[in-house]
Amino acid sequence: MNNDVKNIFLAGVGGQGTLLASEVLSETLMTAGYDVKKSEVHGMSQRGGSVTSHVRYGKRVFSPLIPEGMADVLFGFELLEAYRYLPMLRPGGTVVVNDLKIIPAPVAMGVETYPDNIPAKITAACPGAKIVNGMELALQAGNVRTVNTVLLGALSQRMDIAEELWLAALNKMVPEKFLNENLEAFRLGRQA
Amino acid sequence: MKQAILSGNEAFARGAYEAGVRVASAYPGTPSTEILENIATYPEIDSSWAPNEKVSLEVAIGASFAGARAMVAMKHVGLNVAADPLMTMSYIGVRGGLVVVVADDPEMHSSQNEQDSRHYARLAKAPMLEPSDSDEALAFTRLAFELSEQFDTPVMLRSNTRISHGKTIVNLGSRIDNLPEPVIERNPGKFVMLPANARKRHPVVEQRLLDLKAWGCTHEINRIEEGEGEVGVITAGISYQYAKEVLPKAHILKLGMVYPLPEELIREFAARCKTLYVIEELDPFIEDQIRAMGISVKGKDVFPICGEFSPGRVAAALGMAQPKGVEVSAEPLPNRPPNMCPGCSHRGVFYALKRLGAFVTGDIGCYTLGALPPLSAMDTCVCMGAGISNATGMAKALGEAERSKVVGVMGDSTFLHSGITSLMDMAYNNTPATVIILDNRITAMTGRQDNPASGHTLAGIEAIPVDLEAICRAIGVRHVQVVDPYELEKTRLLIKAEMERPETSVVITRRSCMLDRHGRGERSAPLFVNDDKCTGCKACLKIGCPAIEWQGGTGTDKGKARINQVLCVGCGVCKQVCKFDAFGVGHE
Repeated sequence: MNNDVKNIFLAGVGGQGTLLASEVLSETLMTAGYDVKKSEVHGMSQRGGSVTSHVRYGKRVFSPLIPEGMADVLFGFELLEAYRYLPMLRPGGTVVVNDLKIIPAPVAMGVETYPDNIPAKITAACPGAKIVNGMELALQAGNVRTVNTVLLGALSQRMDIAEELWLAALNKMVPEKFLNENLEAFRLGRQA
Repeated sequence: MKQAILSGNEAFARGAYEAGVRVASAYPGTPSTEILENIATYPEIDSSWAPNEKVSLEVAIGASFAGARAMVAMKHVGLNVAADPLMTMSYIGVRGGLVVVVADDPEMHSSQNEQDSRHYARLAKAPMLEPSDSDEALAFTRLAFELSEQFDTPVMLRSNTRISHGKTIVNLGSRIDNLPEPVIERNPGKFVMLPANARKRHPVVEQRLLDLKAWGCTHEINRIEEGEGEVGVITAGISYQYAKEVLPKAHILKLGMVYPLPEELIREFAARCKTLYVIEELDPFIEDQIRAMGISVKGKDVFPICGEFSPGRVAAALGMAQPKGVEVSAEPLPNRPPNMCPGCSHRGVFYALKRLGAFVTGDIGCYTLGALPPLSAMDTCVCMGAGISNATGMAKALGEAERSKVVGVMGDSTFLHSGITSLMDMAYNNTPATVIILDNRITAMTGRQDNPASGHTLAGIEAIPVDLEAICRAIGVRHVQVVDPYELEKTRLLIKAEMERPETSVVITRRSCMLDRHGRGERSAPLFVNDDKCTGCKACLKIGCPAIEWQGGTGTDKGKARINQVLCVGCGVCKQVCKFDAFGVGHE
């Protein structure tokens, strides 16, 4: 397998708007001079289903999909989804996850149960895991919809990419009327 | 050179723009939808949604007859619908370049089958190019137009979910501006496929395939990448990326044109390899043809036919050790299936059908989710348009006792795509069955595209919406009724009455999709549950609304419903199913 390539695996729930985060991430990596590939599935799974996105970067990337067990970073937008995809992460890999529960339909209907204490379980498997209170920081930044940018900020703190490249990507990709709150959200995420 | 990170679909669109395309048409279908949506961002190209894939291809063929370059895009099953014009267009050839993009869906992320579209290239005797990333999607689109005009043939471009919805770095070029202006030119011997003319064209098609084969042996689109050792791999498209990932040292013959195959190049490559693999997703399309050349290869005896490839699946097939990820306890985790949105106008209809014990012949759209629990109210799903014609067949076959249970269900966009002829057949042949058209004014599942009943074109211009009631009446249905599916009891009683009627009848359930792009989905204040009144009977869970969450319910406590205030759009359907009046409007 291709060992020079770094892998970031995103997991969340359809409708959470994880797309902008993975777009900003890919754009940042491209401007940092890497070959970048991103893969995700649109369509049926977007209707509240489990969604994932693969982002790979390095000198030359071939497969757009991350080989199982080889993700360097697990970037979770929801607790259960992050927990579900923990086996994608290589031992010793980085975890950044939003401290948010979204109840899946079978749980809402009372036929299945949402697992208890996911943050503790994730931390037990990955001692350095960063659990971010995205909602609270987003509200602090002035808009609850900036959660994903808060999370990007927290991720950026754990990656070796210059801060100005992240900010340039946000400047390019976030609509102007939401830019200030997103820049603030990013800053808060970086400090989290 | 300018670079950008683009999805495959954005790159196909960019390629169309750079190739000087003037006319583009499509019907939405995952994973191909964004191709036309992105083409529509280039004002130089006339782009429009067609009611189905056959119409879109015929529109493009017309543009080609006029001398313009034209492109269509569709999902794999859409090509089944467009196959008729494609087969004959292969005989006719082109005037302006004509390119058909078809996006397969291995693993069936959003499809009802995983058919391999490469067989269509062979059937149509037309060349097919298959890019392995977005940069090639753009470059191959440009090349496809050149090939189309050089060899006088429609050219197919094959994509799949990973190419279409994956993003990679792309080199951008500029638009060709020296193409001839479209003008009328008559050429009946070529354009009119009467038998006498078609007989003359068939040998031309056969010679064209030989010429393309020879071209493929020398053009860089098919290339050998030198490796080390004695293992060779023949591969194409996305499978090339997995082959490079898993066997970085192997010699590779990367085929950019997957039909017709460059036989001499393959023979030359095979002669140097002791072990030769063909790595291709889905069917042994390349493998079978190479075997027919008398060359021995390892293919589907090693790699799976079903599902999509990944580096892990390819490595496992080769018996290579797999990396081990973080270990977690084997705790069962709840699934997270997709579901109808809060406020979805389909929900009440399926709730009514379930209560009436209907046998529902269904169709393709968001409403196919009505087959999933807790609604579980769709009994068949085959293809676009089948919901109505399947109901006809069942009603013909069943005896009087069961016939009235059969209800054909279809969305507005699917009805316009291929349901009208089905309904015509049902009505004209006096079939006693009931049809429900779920009219949410939009093509929802693929991302809320406009259709001819929506009232807007792809360019955003207002158009006269198709009158669904008038169409139904015009083709001979005497009983056509419209109901608001938010009114549960009224909807149920109407469907019940029509099911009992021994004649063809249509019920149109009309309410805009909650996610409608024109803002027609009506939102109201979220509801709340009055804890004193909720008895924990769980009747409200039977409508499958994501905004209703169950609280408590451990031990002897039955638990109570709770409404997620962020998700609820106030449709009030839950309030109508609650016998204890536990749902309130507006908060305390």
